[in-house]
Amino acid sequence: MRTALREFVLDDSGMPESDDYLVALGPRLRWHGDGRATTVRRAWLDTFDWRLYRAGLTLELTSGRGTAELTLTGRDGAVVAAQQAGVAGGRPRWPGLIEMLPVGPLRERLRPVVGVRALMPVARAASTVHGLRVLNSDDKTVARVTVDRMSVSYPARAVLPPRLAVTALRGYQAQADRLADILAASRGVTDSAGGALEAALAAAGRHPGDYTGKVSVRLVPQSPAVVAVAAVLEQLLGTLQANVGGAARDIDTEFLHDLRIAVRRTRSTLKLAGDVLPGGLAGRFRPEFKWLGDLTTPTRDLDVYLMGFAAMAAGLVAASPAELQPFHEDLARRRAAEQRQLARGLRSARFSKLSTEWRDALGSAAGSRRGRPSAAQLAARRIRRAHRRVLADGGAITAASAPECMHELRKRCKDLRYLLEIFGSLYDPGEHWQAVRELKSLQDCLGEFQDTEVQRGEIRAFASQMMDARTAPAATLLAMGEVATGLAIRQRQARSEFAGRFRDFASPASQHRILAMTETAAS
Amino acid sequence: MKIFATYNIKGGVGKTATAVNLAYLAARDGYRVLLWDLDPQAAATFLFRVRPRVKGGGKALIQGTRSLEGAIKGTDFDNLDLLPADFTYRNLDLLLDAARKPARKLSRLLAPLRASYDVVFLDCPPSISLLSESVLHAADTLLVPLIPTTLSVRTLDQLTEFIAGFDGQRPDILAFFSMIDRRKSLHKEIAASLPGQRSDVAATAIPALSLIEQMSVQRAPVAAFSPRSTAARSYAQLWAEARERSALPPAKSR
Repeated sequence: MRTALREFVLDDSGMPESDDYLVALGPRLRWHGDGRATTVRRAWLDTFDWRLYRAGLTLELTSGRGTAELTLTGRDGAVVAAQQAGVAGGRPRWPGLIEMLPVGPLRERLRPVVGVRALMPVARAASTVHGLRVLNSDDKTVARVTVDRMSVSYPARAVLPPRLAVTALRGYQAQADRLADILAASRGVTDSAGGALEAALAAAGRHPGDYTGKVSVRLVPQSPAVVAVAAVLEQLLGTLQANVGGAARDIDTEFLHDLRIAVRRTRSTLKLAGDVLPGGLAGRFRPEFKWLGDLTTPTRDLDVYLMGFAAMAAGLVAASPAELQPFHEDLARRRAAEQRQLARGLRSARFSKLSTEWRDALGSAAGSRRGRPSAAQLAARRIRRAHRRVLADGGAITAASAPECMHELRKRCKDLRYLLEIFGSLYDPGEHWQAVRELKSLQDCLGEFQDTEVQRGEIRAFASQMMDARTAPAATLLAMGEVATGLAIRQRQARSEFAGRFRDFASPASQHRILAMTETAAS
Repeated sequence: MKIFATYNIKGGVGKTATAVNLAYLAARDGYRVLLWDLDPQAAATFLFRVRPRVKGGGKALIQGTRSLEGAIKGTDFDNLDLLPADFTYRNLDLLLDAARKPARKLSRLLAPLRASYDVVFLDCPPSISLLSESVLHAADTLLVPLIPTTLSVRTLDQLTEFIAGFDGQRPDILAFFSMIDRRKSLHKEIAASLPGQRSDVAATAIPALSLIEQMSVQRAPVAAFSPRSTAARSYAQLWAEARERSALPPAKSR
């Protein structure tokens, strides 16, 4: 398998008429055309959150003349796996889950990278490729060069400057290096900064990896808090809007998940720091974001059930996994119905009005002239207050405390977590990471306790409804009972771990970290 | 990885033309193919326009101071690589004689290439020697070109008998008639009758054609420069027989 040695971009000025790039190669090498140019359609596939790109992989689908091939390459351009794109029942239409790929090493290599996300085209183009060979004095090919004239059709229409790729033939590396050096020194030829995918995206002002569900806005400690909070909320709105289409079309479960997190972060920001926004904005928009959050809850809850279903069935001891099948079918039916509701909500005039008005409101808030407090001062005050509440509520929990106390503490922990995320860019990354890690350990324990509590209640409700509707045989109900028992065991386990996790979180070193970190930024 | 070797004690019977064309056809089918030109005359190397030189010569390869992998050259054809000949290969017998278990040496040298290639062709010099014995031990299938004469058939019997004496793995023999002159009745008679009588003789015969001789002018496999010719079709039929006979699985898409 050959690997492109170096890629170049040809300036518009020198190309294509004059073929100036066909520079003199010296007496021992010469060019030879490889016949007619071929045109191929190209699509690059990745997940919405760029999991392949982040793993150093590029998946390209090329098609032309009745064939279609998938090629997976690594960061160095070397081919990791390639195979025909056809599957039984015709070629897949993207976006789609990993199962849409044909069975083979390529799919297996991608499975752990892609996970539950769908693969979708991130760029599309048509390339007219002209092949050239570089021959030595024996007329032996020592390197291949392709001239690729690419027209991008997605994410934006653009005709790109021609690209040259030099590929060494095995055993002729020195000659290919020499050729690449000659090209690099030629007029109108520059080294390519990235691959064809990067070039296709750059034409639309984008770059690979440009989506992240994390809060990535860089805050300036001395900037007015109102500006900082508006900037965070604006980014959260961007994340929310980026995921609406995928969630409504049900491309994969993670669109809804990221959308929900953006909504929850927005609601928490409004609750914990929204008072710095002018004109009572927080109070005005909080009910609408609550509506949006509530709209997304049923589908996400059922997603969590269905994604964990295989593990749940595998954990059965007395019952057989097959006995849970009617429960699975019931969940899938409920999910389909909830998804339709969700899609209607996301396409509704109410949602559209919320998005538009919220963006306008944030635009005017960002222009506010209120200089005090600063972002760092506000962050320090709010984080410390949230931290104190977690310490107080957690310290009051005893072995006899009701589950509701654990639930309340979980909510306080979430407040603190969101504040740490929103204002994270103000702090030393190492200290911030450590503070989040300590909190996350406590949250995981509280989450396990609360989730198992909720799921047990839901299973009882589902079982009762399925019995009423006569859709479940006794064996299924018994199997669901066993699942509920398993949840109770997990809940008890989480409860027993709580004291230790809270002790770690409330340790003097951990408390000092929060205080020192916020003080340094605010000073 | 399946190893095919073109072998005959006699020279000028079409061993190199067969190795070059079948290697090309295998690569065209999508297999990752390596052709090792073991003949110091370097005819296969010449046909692929590669210079007949290996750094350190045959000694470095046999003694393992240079890996086979490092000496491989890409040909002008996709999926087809060449391990070139070197004039020092004339001493391979002496070098093998000095090696431990010389008859198994080629097999051991080729083992690290299993992950990189699906098919290997060994193009042997015409001789009966320690090198040819090592080739016979390394090969899964021996492709034996025969001139249709009574003496050639006798030589095939001798080869079969020799291999029957091997311990352990023995290569499968697929002989085929080569350089058939349609004007000679003896050629026609033997080529027509023997494949039906013997399971180790292929149904395909390669005719004597000037186009095959043209390979040395074109410096390419006949199937590459004249793909619709009788010669190209004959080699394609022979490759189909050899592939089936060796139970080579279909090429994987990569």
